[in-house]
Amino acid sequence: MAPDINPLVLLFASIFTSNILLANFLGMCSFISISKDMDSANGLGMSVTAVLTITTAINWVVYKFILIPFDLLYLRFIVFIIIIAATVQVLEMVIDRFSPSLYMALGIFLPLITVNCAILGVALFMEIRGYSFIQSIIFALGSGLGWWLAIVSLAAIQKKVLKAPVPEGLKGAGITLITIGFMAMAFIGFSGMLIVQ
Amino acid sequence: MNSYKGVLKENLWDNNPVFVQILGICSTLAVTNNLTNTFIMTLSVVFVAGLTNFTVASIKHLIPGKVRMIIQTLIISFFVIIVDLLLRAFLPAVSKSLGPYVGLIITNCIIMGRAEAFAQSNKPLISLWDGITTGIGYMWILMAIAFIRELLGFGSLFGIQVMPEGFQTWTIMIMAPSAFFILGGAIWIINNIKLSKESSK
Repeated sequence: MAPDINPLVLLFASIFTSNILLANFLGMCSFISISKDMDSANGLGMSVTAVLTITTAINWVVYKFILIPFDLLYLRFIVFIIIIAATVQVLEMVIDRFSPSLYMALGIFLPLITVNCAILGVALFMEIRGYSFIQSIIFALGSGLGWWLAIVSLAAIQKKVLKAPVPEGLKGAGITLITIGFMAMAFIGFSGMLIVQ
Repeated sequence: MNSYKGVLKENLWDNNPVFVQILGICSTLAVTNNLTNTFIMTLSVVFVAGLTNFTVASIKHLIPGKVRMIIQTLIISFFVIIVDLLLRAFLPAVSKSLGPYVGLIITNCIIMGRAEAFAQSNKPLISLWDGITTGIGYMWILMAIAFIRELLGFGSLFGIQVMPEGFQTWTIMIMAPSAFFILGGAIWIINNIKLSKESSK
């Protein structure tokens, strides 16, 4: 049932051409508020990639072996969101226990991730497109990396924009959105090379 | 301050969730190249935001502070599932083209933001009103974006052809970047209106 896609193509597509943020608009809220500072952008990007890959793997297993056999598909939104919240919580405790330095770097971002639409979005995309287990993980990893790449690039661009003479009314959110628009054009520009979906 | 009229003005203009707080655009911006889909999506947000606020305000004394967030998330998921099932039953075509975005209303920051900021400290009825008006504040700006995108991208409105025969459609309007440009432009215009009002005072 799973679509026949070369794993490398899927990875490339999820990082660039169908970037979860720039083509599907997922994870915008934390994206716009965090993108002002390079270090936080990097930390958040890393956490999103890790959480995305782990939760997607768990969600796939639960979806395939619990929700489908017991015909509980209508409960999937609640199940997915609980799994995401629980995973984030457990991850937070594990990191705190084993690597306090990593916890210092990522700790404040982890709770934010529960309400990041990208995580739930990837789970729902995986379900709708019927990916296999391996494909889901590759898709989640690629989406995470794509998100990370986008937020770090935006943080770098924002530094320059701060010094630029932007019209009064456009300062802040306005210019950020237009910058994201240009980034989206650049990312989507790769789409002639491969078509997925 | 918390009069019905005050809340309305606050949510539709002064403190609009989209162009002042830049919240919750994730789940809807993707469908703004089509007016019908945008309308259904934002209507769902109005429904979920209103009822979530009402429920949270009604049972806020029963919820322990520590697990507040997860309970709110569950309440939101409950209403989103209702919307999803209704759409599947009555509007299967729309439900299919919205794809995952209906489910993503759960992580729409506006809804939880209002539940946390308003419903936690107000009575049920005015909270219901606050949720509905926040939803409408969200709806009108996204409908405006969808209007431009569908008109220029497909030459139609609500799926009905309105542009003359030889109209050259703008492919960019169908693609993602245009949504960012239009929203950025809209914020610019609105900020200018606000700035000129302030300077004339």
